[in-house]
Amino acid sequence: MPDTASRPGMLEQQAHRLSAVGDWTLPHYARLRDAVARVHEADSVDLTKLGELDTSGASLLVDLLGPDAVLEVAQWAPGLPPERQALLEAVAEASRTSPVPPPAPRPAPLAALASLGQIVEQLARQQLQLIAFIGLTLSTLLTTLLTPWRWRPTSLVAHVQQTGLNAIPIVALLTFLVGAVVAFLGATVLRDFGATIYTVNLVAYAFLREFGVLLAAILLAGRTASAFTAQIGSMKANEELDALRAQGLDPMELLVLPRVLAMTISLPILTLIGMLCGMFGGALVCAMALDISFAQFLAIVQRDIPLGHFLVGIAKAPLFAFVIAVIGCLEGFKAEASAQSVGEHTTSSVVQSIFMVILLDALAALFFMEMGW
Amino acid sequence: MRGSEPIVEIRGLVNRFGRHVVHDGLDLDIRRGEILGVVGGSGTGKSVLLRSIVGLKRPDGGSIRVFGEELQRLPSSRRASIERRFGVLFQRGALFSSLNLQENVALPLIEHAGLSRVDAERLARVKLALAGLPADAARLDPAALSGGMIKRAALARALALDPEVLFLDEPTAGLDPIGAAAFDRLLVTLRDALGFSVFLVTHDLDTLYSSCDRVAVIAQKRVLVADTLSVVEATDDPWIRDYFHGPRGRAANKAAQQSTLPEGERR
Repeated sequence: MPDTASRPGMLEQQAHRLSAVGDWTLPHYARLRDAVARVHEADSVDLTKLGELDTSGASLLVDLLGPDAVLEVAQWAPGLPPERQALLEAVAEASRTSPVPPPAPRPAPLAALASLGQIVEQLARQQLQLIAFIGLTLSTLLTTLLTPWRWRPTSLVAHVQQTGLNAIPIVALLTFLVGAVVAFLGATVLRDFGATIYTVNLVAYAFLREFGVLLAAILLAGRTASAFTAQIGSMKANEELDALRAQGLDPMELLVLPRVLAMTISLPILTLIGMLCGMFGGALVCAMALDISFAQFLAIVQRDIPLGHFLVGIAKAPLFAFVIAVIGCLEGFKAEASAQSVGEHTTSSVVQSIFMVILLDALAALFFMEMGW
Repeated sequence: MRGSEPIVEIRGLVNRFGRHVVHDGLDLDIRRGEILGVVGGSGTGKSVLLRSIVGLKRPDGGSIRVFGEELQRLPSSRRASIERRFGVLFQRGALFSSLNLQENVALPLIEHAGLSRVDAERLARVKLALAGLPADAARLDPAALSGGMIKRAALARALALDPEVLFLDEPTAGLDPIGAAAFDRLLVTLRDALGFSVFLVTHDLDTLYSSCDRVAVIAQKRVLVADTLSVVEATDDPWIRDYFHGPRGRAANKAAQQSTLPEGERR
């Protein structure tokens, strides 16, 4: 359809006969449709002055005359070239078998109520599924622990590398920066009391108890939970999970366990690295802005900070790791066979795992405070 | 309408991935209104050829002239307007999974033809019906479809803008024989009605015999022969002999002859 010398399509009324003039093609669709809508009844139309014709134009002619009349095009427009006739007949045949399906209408307030209900129900089901999945993971873990020949060290090591080793630079950098920021904050506030020396305690307390584990966990929730969901989700979309099951292999054992175990190994190590880097960031600020040397910093830490704080912090790491990995894997299993769905579940897994990490951290803080640890 | 006027001319095409040469000096024409079947063993670069023509892969050498213009040398806006005259059906359908069928077909109509959503979806339903899908399929999501329905929906989307050249990558692969035969008939019907040219990559011998006007055989990194089936069959080449005169080739040939006999000589 060369667009040179195109004349806009028109519907002309001459005496008692309609005449289709010009190009009945896609670019003129909107105007032609209005013209067709204005005609009330017609059983034939003069096609001798018709220019180009494509499926959209043909479908308009079908709208104008009705499919049955167009199917008999050979009778009322014998001069039409056979390929035009074939086009009109094909479109008429297609239109006859396609009555417009009615869209499902629903009043707006009702729809809002319905979607609210759906969200609540979905949330409840999500928590139930999470608990069930945790149970399934634990029971698979137990049965696998008892059968050492089913352990998968290769897969485990590969995942430790991906989730742990490869995350070291970003965790180290981030905790270092936050450590420096905390030290600056502490120095600014404590200067008024002439107690800048306590900046050391502030940084050490913060990173040993909370920030080390929390920052590492949040980073892994963003970095690894999303990766788990995307991996398992696209495997599911590609029917790979079904292929595993059909071969009598358990996706829980093959896919979930190595990921969960790798996370529970990686996160405590990353937490330790985070604590060290955070305190190093704090120490650097202390040395440069407060004239507290590294030796002094270490001496204060050694004198004032009991081991208990470190234990409180590091003890939370395996728990957070387990929750993050389980949520990441579960969301992957819940994904459906579309790019949209994998994306939605990846988002959901990151949001859920960060939420759960912070929630658990708050509960743990309450618990440790009440226990006086 | 059908003539020998070439609308796509490929001369001396070279494609390579790293050190692996796929095409080396490949020549091929697509003529207006014909259905050109492209066959070749697995890994001979049929899909790569298709991707080079539609502009998804930059060739490493040679020229591809489409509608008389060299695609590689055109500014991107001009190239986009030429690529709009192509319709492509990918091997696995490649329907947008976040849209339902009528939205899939309506998308190019809204984006390129500037139709309103209501008009575009209305026209999309006509195209879906043209491709042989039932009316109630229009609102289904691609994930809910069978293989045959995906191919038909992808064909409807490829036809959305009334393309002048339709590129099909193994359209009947994975369909049952009845569905595949119906797809072949549909293709010929639509070609006769809409007058487009078809570049058809296929492994399906029945498709070759029932719908192709010419067949191009890709082997040894170039097109060995591109001509009518009878000429191609008679070509003296071990691969072609095995392909067309093996048990499946003979069966397809026989089936095609039987089905065309009552209607007389078709081509």
